[in-house]
Amino acid sequence: MPKDNNILYKIKKSGLIGRGGACFPVWKKWTAVKNALNERPENDRKSYVICNASEGEPDVKKDFYILKNYPEKVIAGMLLALAYLGAKRGYLYINADYYRILKVKLEKAADGAPVEILVKPSGAGYIGGEETSILNAIEGKRIEPRLKPPFVFKEGLFGLPTLLNNVETFYNVALVEEGSYRPDRFVTIIERSPKTSFKPFERLRKIIKREVFLFPEDWTVEKILKKSGRLPSYKFFVQLGGGASGIVLNSGQLKNPLTGSGSITIYNLETHDPMELAREWIGFFCGESCGKCVPCREGTFRVKEQLEKKNVDWPLIKELLENLAETSFCGLGCSAPIAITSYFKNVFPLISDKDNALAPSQLKTVCECFS
Amino acid sequence: MFFVELSFSMPKKITITINGKKISCSPGETIFKVAKNNGIEIPGLCGHPDFPPKANCRVCVVEIKGYNKLVTSCSEKVADRMVINTESERVKKARNLNLELIFAEHIEKCPTCAINSTCRLLYYAEKYKIKVRRFSERKAKRKTYKFANAVEIDGSQCIDCRNCVDACSMLQKINYLEIKGKGINQEITPSKDPEVDCIYCGQCALHCPVNSAAEQSEWQEVEKLLRNPGDKKLVAMFAPSIRVSIGEEFGLPYGKVVTGQLSAALRKLGFNYVFDVIFGADITTVVEAGELIDRIKNKGRLPMITSCCPGWVKYAEFYHPELLPNLTSARSPHVHLAGAIKTYWAEKSGIDPKNIITVSIMPCTAKKFEAMRKELAINGARPVDHVLTTREFAFLLKKNKINLAKLKPENSDNPALPVARGGIVSGSARPDGAGSIYGASGGVMESALRTAAALICKGDKICDNRIDFKEARGMKGVKEAEVIIGGQKLRIAVVNGIGHINPIIKKLSDYDYIEVMACPGGCIGGGGQPIPTTPEIRQLRAEALYKIDKNAQLRNAHENKGVIEVLKWLKTKGKLESQVLHTKYIKRS
Repeated sequence: MPKDNNILYKIKKSGLIGRGGACFPVWKKWTAVKNALNERPENDRKSYVICNASEGEPDVKKDFYILKNYPEKVIAGMLLALAYLGAKRGYLYINADYYRILKVKLEKAADGAPVEILVKPSGAGYIGGEETSILNAIEGKRIEPRLKPPFVFKEGLFGLPTLLNNVETFYNVALVEEGSYRPDRFVTIIERSPKTSFKPFERLRKIIKREVFLFPEDWTVEKILKKSGRLPSYKFFVQLGGGASGIVLNSGQLKNPLTGSGSITIYNLETHDPMELAREWIGFFCGESCGKCVPCREGTFRVKEQLEKKNVDWPLIKELLENLAETSFCGLGCSAPIAITSYFKNVFPLISDKDNALAPSQLKTVCECFS
Repeated sequence: MFFVELSFSMPKKITITINGKKISCSPGETIFKVAKNNGIEIPGLCGHPDFPPKANCRVCVVEIKGYNKLVTSCSEKVADRMVINTESERVKKARNLNLELIFAEHIEKCPTCAINSTCRLLYYAEKYKIKVRRFSERKAKRKTYKFANAVEIDGSQCIDCRNCVDACSMLQKINYLEIKGKGINQEITPSKDPEVDCIYCGQCALHCPVNSAAEQSEWQEVEKLLRNPGDKKLVAMFAPSIRVSIGEEFGLPYGKVVTGQLSAALRKLGFNYVFDVIFGADITTVVEAGELIDRIKNKGRLPMITSCCPGWVKYAEFYHPELLPNLTSARSPHVHLAGAIKTYWAEKSGIDPKNIITVSIMPCTAKKFEAMRKELAINGARPVDHVLTTREFAFLLKKNKINLAKLKPENSDNPALPVARGGIVSGSARPDGAGSIYGASGGVMESALRTAAALICKGDKICDNRIDFKEARGMKGVKEAEVIIGGQKLRIAVVNGIGHINPIIKKLSDYDYIEVMACPGGCIGGGGQPIPTTPEIRQLRAEALYKIDKNAQLRNAHENKGVIEVLKWLKTKGKLESQVLHTKYIKRS
C-alpha cells in the first residue's frame, strides 16, 4: 500500500493529468513504468526518464514559459521521477529555439543533477515531439514514430522502461511533492492578426499578442477569456490546444474547460479567409509528415492539392480527412483533420451560406487520437 | 535475421470472430495470419514474412468491435472474443482510398514490367474495383538508381513500403539503401558512405511488391536475338535452382520440379541449344574439391571459401579484400559451363565460338555483374553473354504465350556430346544430377565434400566414402560441423545469407572450408527468383532439390563422364585450361 509520503500516492491523490495533450493520468503512467521495471531481472532494472520539451505545436509556447520561469521546478520533478524509478539518467529533450534562449538558465538548474539536456535535432519538426519519435531521435535513428507495442513504458529508450512526461507535468509533480500543487493549468492566449494573407517572411506577424496565464483547470474557455481580459470586442472564433491540431470552436461554444495542450488562439471571424486558413492548417501537416504511412504522407498532400484548385472537390477532401483519422499510423496523422474539420463544422456556416460539404463529420479528439 | 512468429507452446486456444465466422486460434498470432490460415484474404503491401510488421501501407486495416479506430491486421494480435470485420463499409472505404493513394505513387509501366502477371497492385485494383487514376501521378520525375548492371531502384514506381530497406539492412545487414527526406519528399536512395556498397544480391528486388527495386532487365536484348538470330547459335543455360521455382510462375505448387518443361520452354522460345548448369556445377565441384585437397596437403591458405555466389564475391572484394586469397579460384558453375560450351563443345560441334551467344537463366541478379567481369574472358571473349533472372525468363515466356506448365518435358542437351554438323539437336538423355543441390544453402559444400572424400580415398577400400553431409543442410543462418573424410578431419561452416557472415569472419581460423551464399536459403532464395519468396517457400524449394539429389543416379560430380571428358580435353590445351577453369578477384574498397 502506498504511504502518505509516497510520491506516487501524492500524484494519484492530486488527480494530475498529463499535459502533453494525450490526457493520460500521470500516476497510471508512472505505475506502468514501475511495473515494467519490476518485471525485469533483478540485476537489470534500468530505466530512463525523459522530459518532453519539444513543444512542436505552433504558437503555444507554454512550455517555454515554464522552462524560462521555473526551470528548477521542472528539474525537481524529473529528479522525483528518477528517484521513484531508481533510474540513473534523465533527458531534457528540448526545442532548439528554446535551448538557444534558455541555455544558461537550464544548465544552471540541471547542474549536478543526473539530467542531460538534449536538443531536438534540426529538421526533426513536429513529429520530433511524438513520444516514440523522441526515442528514435535520442537513439540517432530516423525521426518517426515506432509501432506500438512495445509501449514506451515497457520498451522505450534503448529498449528499457521509459517514463516520458511533458514539461508542465514535471513542474506539477514538483509542486505536488512540495504540497503546493493546486489544480491549475498554464494557458497561452494568442491573438491572431486580423490580416489573413502572409508571405513566408511575415509569419511572425500572424500573431499580434501572446501571453501565458495560470488558471484553475476547471474554468471554462469563456471564463478564462473574461478573467484574462482577452475576450475580444470583435466577432471571433477560437482554436483550442494549438495552432495545428487544436479544435476550432465558435464564440458560442466556450462553455467547457480546456483539454489537451493549454492554449487558446483567437481569430477574427469577419476578416479571416477560410481557404487561406484551411491551406495553412493542412499545409503544416503536409510539410511535417514524416512520410511513414500512406494516409498521412499522401492524404495531407492530396488535401492540400485540392485546396489549391479552383474547383475544390469537397467530398474528396472529406474522405481524405476521415481516412487520416481512421487509418493514420500515429496520433499526429489522426489529429491532422481536427482543425480543418471542426472549422468547417463550427465556424464556416456562420460566415457563408454556401453548402458546407465537410460538415457534419465525425471528429476524433486529440485525446482519442493518442489513446 | 528472419522474423519468426514465435508460437509459444500455449495449450490455451482462444476464440475470435472474423466476418461472423467463429475461429479458434492461438494468442500471440496476428489477425492477418489467423485470417490467412482460415482462408480469409486481407490485402496488404508492406508486410513480408521475412520482416517484422511495419504497418505503413495501411491497406490491411480491419474493424474491431469496441475500437475507436481501424487497426492494421498485420500488427494487431488476436485477443479472446475479439470480433473482427474485414469487409465492413468502413474498412472498404479506407482500404480502397489508401490503395488509390498508393497507385498515384506508382507510375505504371505494366506492359514491360517483369512481374506484371503476379502484381499484387493490379490484383487488388481488379478485386476491389480501385479507381487507379483517381489521383494524378506525383513521382514522374523521380530518379532511377542503378547499381552496376545488376539491380536498380526506379523511384517513379516506389510506393514507399520500405521492404527494400528492410531486406538490405535487417536481412542482409549491408545498409546500402537509405530513406531520405520526409513526407512526400521521402525517397529510397543508395548510401553515399564510401565504406558501404551494394553487393547486387537483389534481395531488395525480391521483397519489392511493385518492381520498383528490380533487376536491370536484359530480356529486351535477348528477345531481339531470339527474333533475329542471324548466323548466331543461341544457347540457353539454366541454373540448378530454377527447376524447382519457375513452375510457381505458371500456377504449379511450390517446389514442383519442372526440369523437362524448362528445356522445352527454352527451345520453344527459340534457343538452339539448352544446357543444364548442373554440368557446370559438376565441373566446379571437381575443380574446387581438387583445390581444397591441394591446399590441405600443401599447407596452402585455409580456410578455403567458396566463390560461386557473386554477391558474396562482391562482398569479399569490397568489405574484406584480405580474404580474397582464401576464395577458391574455381569459376562459378554457369561460367564453367559457358567456358566448356565455347571451347570444347564448339570445337567438337564445328561451331565458331564467335557465333555462339550464351544466355544464363539465373535465380540471381548479381550474376549479371559477374558475367561482365573482364577477368573471365576466354580468348578475349566473355563466356556468358547475357543473364536473365527467373522472373525475366518467366516474363518472356508469358509474353510469347508459352505456358511452361502445359509443355511436354524434353531433355536438355549434353555439352559433352557434340551435335552433328548441321546443328541438329542432340537430345541426349540427361537426368537431373546431384549438382542440383548447388541451388540450396550447403549444397556446394556437400558436393565438394563428396568429391574430396573420394579423391582422398582413392584406392583405399576401408576409407569412409560419405555421400550425405546433412550437417550442411537446412535453413539455419550458420551451420557448423566437423566432418571426417578419408581420415582427415575438416572443420566446416556454411553461411546461409550474408547477414550471418560477421561472426564467422571473426573466427576464420576455426575452419578449414566455408561455404557462403549471400541470399537466405541459397540460390532458391535468390534475388532473381519468383515473387513471393518466404521462409516456407524457400523450404519447399530446397526440399525439392534434395529429393532430386536423393533419387539421382549420379550423385558424385567426379563420376560425371562428360565432365571427366571435358577436363581431360582441357588438360591438353595449355593456357586455355586455366582460362576456362580459374579466375581471380579484385580488391574494390
